[in-house]
Amino acid sequence: MAAARHENRIGLWGWIGGGRWGIERYAYSLHRLTGLAVLLYFLLHIVVTSLRAKGIYLWTGSGFFHKPIFRFGEYLVFAAFAYHACNGIRLVLVELGVAIGKPIEPVFPYKTSLRVQRPLLIAVMIVALLLLAAGGYSGLTQ
Amino acid sequence: MQNTRPEQRTIRFHVSRFHPENERGPYVQSYEVPVHEGMTVLDGLHSIKDNLDSTLVWRSSCRMGVCGSCGMLLNGRPGLACTTQILKIAKTDLSVGPLPNFAIIRDLVPDLSSMFDKHRLVHPYVIRADEAEIHDPSGEFYQSAEELEHYLQFTYCIKCGCCMAACPTLATDARYLGPMPLTAAERYNADTRDGGQRERAQVTGSSRGAIRCHYAGECSRVCPKGVDPAKAVQLLKRRLVLDYLHLARKSEPCKKLKGEGSGSVMPKIATAPAHTVEARKEPENLLQHSSSATIHRP
Repeated sequence: MAAARHENRIGLWGWIGGGRWGIERYAYSLHRLTGLAVLLYFLLHIVVTSLRAKGIYLWTGSGFFHKPIFRFGEYLVFAAFAYHACNGIRLVLVELGVAIGKPIEPVFPYKTSLRVQRPLLIAVMIVALLLLAAGGYSGLTQ
Repeated sequence: MQNTRPEQRTIRFHVSRFHPENERGPYVQSYEVPVHEGMTVLDGLHSIKDNLDSTLVWRSSCRMGVCGSCGMLLNGRPGLACTTQILKIAKTDLSVGPLPNFAIIRDLVPDLSSMFDKHRLVHPYVIRADEAEIHDPSGEFYQSAEELEHYLQFTYCIKCGCCMAACPTLATDARYLGPMPLTAAERYNADTRDGGQRERAQVTGSSRGAIRCHYAGECSRVCPKGVDPAKAVQLLKRRLVLDYLHLARKSEPCKKLKGEGSGSVMPKIATAPAHTVEARKEPENLLQHSSSATIHRP
């Protein structure tokens, strides 16, 4: 009889358990969370717009959709989209072998491709922040 | 005469314990261990076993970071117990647990068979159309020093499982092949003697393959041998994309050396011994996701 095993899969904690680990892990976790958030928004968007077929116009009048909290929610969706898009471009570039360097002889202290692509990550984060600032300014001035 | 004896400190080891016949799940047991500078976590575990608790179980062998047996979770981070010095990572307390993402057999011993099953799926050996040359070579294959550098870094993998334990994608997706098998696949794909990239792509290019990696980089950060699996996986992805788009450079596996004094088997080289272990059958649950995976002679 085979001895019992204890499953030790860490599940979702594996995404967010970045702790003192690297910045790429936070970028990874945020990428997944923003991806799920944008997906959830699209689903809600489809539900709300499809109600029009039944003659329900939720965005007219002065209901919840015109309150500041909803405007802020819209900004969060925009922020999630901006981050996900910018980080996605970085991932596509890295997956095509851009900015990760060539294989090297591992000599201690070891150098990894993470440090090589770090400038790309920082550049992408700056672009995302600029987009967030522009989006926030646009939202406030409307 | 100056006393050169290193100063001792007491570190509290919080060790994860699990006995499959006595407990339903792991629990933490604490030990106070006298530690001196230069002492490794493995030394500390030996000290516990010798002086405090002889029932503690772990797996280790070479004590020099070569065999990859003693991968453990040390203060929340995967690493080798034999190459990690206690005082470098702990001031008063040190938590020691089994590698996550693997089932626990007992105490600090993970069941690495899931990793080795996935490793087998990527065909981690040179594949050539002229298969007879591999088993009964008639000469050397030509490979330049530059060509060797394309994969040399990835050959240093010791299969310790630290990268698999650190991978956040593997934490939620057990089907994902993980950094170690994918690095092994890239190691052979980048080898100019090899012609098995298409065969490996059936697995590495599937929904459980390289595309699941989103470059969290933890595998490279924890690798005790500097293999940089994250880089290998990205290079593998590029290879898969270029191949899919028919943009990959056409290349054949390298030929044998030509010319006088080369390309022939030197005399008095002992022939390879007969296989002592039969090829293991792939587990059903792994094969069902990769229809093209076939069992090859090791």
